[in-house]
Amino acid sequence: MKADVEPRPIAGDRSAIAPGEVLLSLEHVSLSFGGVKALRDVSFDIRKGEIRAIIGPNGAGKTSMLNVINGFYHPQEGVITFKGQRRRDMRPYIAASQGIARTFQNVALFKGMSTLDNIMTGRTLKMRRGLFAHMLHWGPAQREEIAHRVAVERIIDFLEIAHIRKVPVGRLPYGLQKRVELGRALAMEPELLLLDEPMAGMNLEEKQDMSRFILTVKDTFDTTIALIEHDMSVVMDLSDRVVVLNYGAKIADGTPAEVQRNQAVIEAYLGVSH
Amino acid sequence: MNDKVVGPGAGAAGAPCDTLPKLLLRNAAQYADRPAMRHKDLGIWQTWTWAQLADEVRALAIGLRKLGLERGDAVAIIGDNRPRLYATFAAVQSLGGIPVPVYQDSVAEEMAYVLEHAEVKIAVVQDQEQVDKVISVAERLPRLRHVVYDEERGLADYDHTHLHAYDEVQRLGRQELSANAGAEGWWLDEIAKGKGADVSVMLYTSGTTGRPKGVMLTQENIIVSAQNGNKFDGFGPDDIILAYLPMAWVGDHIFSYAQAYAAAMCVCCPESPETVVEDRREIGPTYFFAPPRVFENLLTQIMVRMEDAGFLKKRMFHYFLGVARRCGEAILNRQPVGAKDRVLYWLGNLLVYAPLRNRMGFSRTRVAYTAGEAIGPELFRFYRSLGINLKQLYGQTEASVYITLQPDGEVYPDTVGKPGPDVQIRIADNGEVMFKSPGVFLKYYKNDEATAATKTPDGWVHTGDAGFFDQRGHLRIIDRAKDVGRLNNGALFAPKYLENRIKFYPEVREAVAFGQGRDYVTMLINIDPVSVGNWAERNNVSYASYQELAAHPQVYDIVAARVDELNRALAEEPQMAASQIRRFLILHKELDADDGELTRTQKVRRSFIADRYAPLIKALYDGSMECHVVTEVTFEDGRKGVVEGDVAIRDMKVYPSRAAEPLREAAE
Repeated sequence: MKADVEPRPIAGDRSAIAPGEVLLSLEHVSLSFGGVKALRDVSFDIRKGEIRAIIGPNGAGKTSMLNVINGFYHPQEGVITFKGQRRRDMRPYIAASQGIARTFQNVALFKGMSTLDNIMTGRTLKMRRGLFAHMLHWGPAQREEIAHRVAVERIIDFLEIAHIRKVPVGRLPYGLQKRVELGRALAMEPELLLLDEPMAGMNLEEKQDMSRFILTVKDTFDTTIALIEHDMSVVMDLSDRVVVLNYGAKIADGTPAEVQRNQAVIEAYLGVSH
Repeated sequence: MNDKVVGPGAGAAGAPCDTLPKLLLRNAAQYADRPAMRHKDLGIWQTWTWAQLADEVRALAIGLRKLGLERGDAVAIIGDNRPRLYATFAAVQSLGGIPVPVYQDSVAEEMAYVLEHAEVKIAVVQDQEQVDKVISVAERLPRLRHVVYDEERGLADYDHTHLHAYDEVQRLGRQELSANAGAEGWWLDEIAKGKGADVSVMLYTSGTTGRPKGVMLTQENIIVSAQNGNKFDGFGPDDIILAYLPMAWVGDHIFSYAQAYAAAMCVCCPESPETVVEDRREIGPTYFFAPPRVFENLLTQIMVRMEDAGFLKKRMFHYFLGVARRCGEAILNRQPVGAKDRVLYWLGNLLVYAPLRNRMGFSRTRVAYTAGEAIGPELFRFYRSLGINLKQLYGQTEASVYITLQPDGEVYPDTVGKPGPDVQIRIADNGEVMFKSPGVFLKYYKNDEATAATKTPDGWVHTGDAGFFDQRGHLRIIDRAKDVGRLNNGALFAPKYLENRIKFYPEVREAVAFGQGRDYVTMLINIDPVSVGNWAERNNVSYASYQELAAHPQVYDIVAARVDELNRALAEEPQMAASQIRRFLILHKELDADDGELTRTQKVRRSFIADRYAPLIKALYDGSMECHVVTEVTFEDGRKGVVEGDVAIRDMKVYPSRAAEPLREAAE
């Protein structure tokens, strides 16, 4: 008893980087907006197949870091290397076509569109037929759409959101919107997935669900994940390595256990008495 | 086609179909290309014909054999309604194994008890969640040898020495079938060895007290019950059913498995538990079962959405709903109805009822059943007046479901119908309903004590429910037998029956009846703050607190009118006429689980309330018209406070009983 469509790996073209090797590295990156220094000389790397957490107090520069990685911000100094290639003059759509997908701190979906359509937009970069062919609809464009729809349906099945397939996203509760956003990012079949506070505003059960999804994404979709998260128990449970930022500078880097013991981190989070 | 279904013992044409796997083979031959099961997967309905289903079952059965399944072994089945899990029933039974479906939402601890007690050898489960639960208790299950899962997500890294994918087991079976020419013949022989007296399935009852008991049902129990059910409502190969209730529940086992096999019906499995409403609409089942709360939720959703509709639509909706209330049920029951009403109903059907039925997924529903608890008469009539043939039945696991059913044309909201085909019913001296039927269970597994307490040596089963037959020969269930008492004059006193009746009125939220060992019946009533508050707003009645609203004389008048209505209705019922409510009061606070007055599942804790409000109950019986009361309450944050005030008591009129003699002979 099997669906007509044979399952096939969702992942598309992948780099030849072996698990454990460096996928993305940042060296001496600095970013400032006028007089405000958002990032100061930050260096760290993300290895293929790991879950890398970026943590820090409010205003530490975590989201700026993600924005630098996917090319939304351009650092004044420093070198970024992705898949062994040094990047310059990055733009978000180039980052996307190279296999970097992300979700946002404040959900950024098309509110009036259904869950299905929102996730389908994640396939845009994979569409080969042109606008005209799609307007004609029949023929190659239809075949292509069916193939993409299969991929999207697999994601819907995976994220357990079949019941909201046709519901406009704006009508959904926050936790589900977060899940749809993750779905859209997955639809790109990314090599590197950036998650900006995937569990903000969720209750315990929703957090557990989301944690399960993230772990499964890593394993079955063959995706490397960088995430920003405030819930420390989540960070400690999920991530393989943690980098800690404070006032735009890196203050610690290592396994969750190492970071937890680090004096500078404890001071940054709890403050010190002088 | 039912003529061709050969009952146990009746071997007229060919081999008798006295087991479910034999029915599967018959269906695969007779209805090879007709749909047996559908399942929505990746947003599309996938279909398996009877021939394909038989092929899947065969591959699985031989695969399970390769894993070591022997005749008499127990196999647990755990998960949502999926064709593959239903196929597991047939595969296990074809080898003479005993399937044991387990509630998929039970926690590991509950699951461990059932798996251990049933001595399960193989567990076939849906997904990682269930695999995790089974593995977490595996060390307590020395007999458990293998776990088979359907959905592989998240399971890739698990140790697969005793864990197998469903596909893998089927592949083992298919390999054997192609390598060994005798395999298929062997499988058919195994099926032929099955007999009606074999244990077919073990269903654990979720008893309210104590550990669950494993009810053993034979192939004959199940097949005769299924055939009787099919005959009663005329189900055949064109019927479609949606399987969405837990597979471990006897109702689902009979409706979605046994009846489907017996009548070659098509069973559809929803995409996920959350998509049932949408899936039902797409499938349009002809046969549908749901507990009352499902019908209640549906109605609420419709009413809420109608509130948002435009003026014209709203007017039309309410006008035609009025028409339906006037004549809808009569039309459904094929009773004479005036020409004008017929035309109006026809028009209403076109404009309102048919679209509504479509919205709810009942466009093609010939028969819908509800059971499990009392359904409000208003709610019941609403669906029937729209042309949906909603009926009630009364059943138990121990009876293979059917004890009584409402025949078409004899549907009353306050009864559970007439004895089903081949079912005998008698009322014991203490008012308990007892039955005897071909569906009566074999015994409880490894629990002879409970078997002896439930089933008499000559085959009568105690239901534990108290009831009586009314003048029309219909059974009415009034309460759990152990809760039923007597008034001082010897008349039956069934508190829950009275409470349920008064709670059907929207103004009443909760009620507690007293009368055991008393001269007459009295009642404590909780008003519904939403419904009564709404009334107060519309009628310019101002109030500052629940207590003030509850004590308002006009509120008392409203509730008194409802109690009076109830008394009048009770006077019509010979057994209940003595239970008319002589005096009542409206409680000054809401009954609350935080104060221990209700259980966490919102059931009244009668004896606790009797102690706590002893002064009020004393006042109800000593003739006083008012009582001062001081009550300690617990707030949600755990702080304690005191509510005090005067509570008024109302005397009610009692009507003379209409029917003089209780009609016991209807029971025979």
